[in-house]
Amino acid sequence: MFRGHRQHAHYWAFALHRIAGLLLALFLPAHFYVLALSIEGAAAMDGFIRWTDAPLVKLAETVLVILLAAHLTGGLRLMALEFIGTRESSKAAVAIGTGIALAVGLMFLLNVT
Amino acid sequence: MSNSIHVSVWRGGEQGQFEAFDVPRQPSQTVLDVVTYIQRNIDPTLSYRFACRVGMCGSCAMTVNGKPRWTCRTHVNKVAGDGTLEISPLRNLKVVKDLACDMTDFFDKMNRAEGKFHPTKSRHDDFDVVLPDDPARKLAAQAIECIGCAVCYSACDVVEWNKDYLGPAALNRAWTLVNDVRDGGNKARLTAVSGDAGCHACHSQQGCVKHCPKNLSPTFSITGLKRATAKAALKGEL
Repeated sequence: MFRGHRQHAHYWAFALHRIAGLLLALFLPAHFYVLALSIEGAAAMDGFIRWTDAPLVKLAETVLVILLAAHLTGGLRLMALEFIGTRESSKAAVAIGTGIALAVGLMFLLNVT
Repeated sequence: MSNSIHVSVWRGGEQGQFEAFDVPRQPSQTVLDVVTYIQRNIDPTLSYRFACRVGMCGSCAMTVNGKPRWTCRTHVNKVAGDGTLEISPLRNLKVVKDLACDMTDFFDKMNRAEGKFHPTKSRHDDFDVVLPDDPARKLAAQAIECIGCAVCYSACDVVEWNKDYLGPAALNRAWTLVNDVRDGGNKARLTAVSGDAGCHACHSQQGCVKHCPKNLSPTFSITGLKRATAKAALKGEL
């Protein structure tokens, strides 16, 4: 996947943005299913919420939050490229976007523990 | 520094294989020097292309250790730290033989992107005045030093995925003309670059920017075309 011509920050940013987007799209049906549970009744929803307290589920949630933040900052980077026409600082945009995504994940993790 | 470089060179056409050579190492040796040594001293049937040897003509680009590069300005010391080199033809172009590619598609796409000048005046008219600090002139100046080496074309995944995609060099050329006040072909040009295989197909991976030996930014030019075509479409001009 990371052949010679792909070994640079902008390709990784592109790949991360796409992969995060695909995984979030796969997560959406599960998200809608849980929302539908609340219509079925409080007991079903409460049961599910108790399940999400398990450490492994919390870890998965943290990954989800990081994916969301990564996709958001990746999109902002693209919009900066396309609308502002950033030229020299786009490598910094990759670094800042990745940093923000990881920081958001860390904040989520600190909040839940 | 060892005394020789172990070089694997692509032999054949689309179907072929790598052939190994040992080439004596020299100070300030370029990758083009290595290929030339093989042809002149080991195997005269090796085919490759070069002309100026000083980074002006854009003929000697090849894939060196997996990355597209201009070989005349690529020092062996920079790319063969462990004393090995793998040299193959550029990606995304048909191979004629060994290291020589068929550049027809690449240059045809310059034409398809309307990368040619459409004059608006005759010899009887006065000159246009283009000041160096004119904003459009500055935009053109940032993109105009392209030598047509096809390194960007070879580094681009979108060209690999969509064979009709005009590619970074052709779109970059179109952008220089969009910013040329003397040119009258912008309607045709913006129409030409706004199709499925035009500027909107770019995924901003920026492989072209990363590998351009002249440090140009085709991505910046392509985003300029995206904005210009969007504005023209909103005005109903496309």
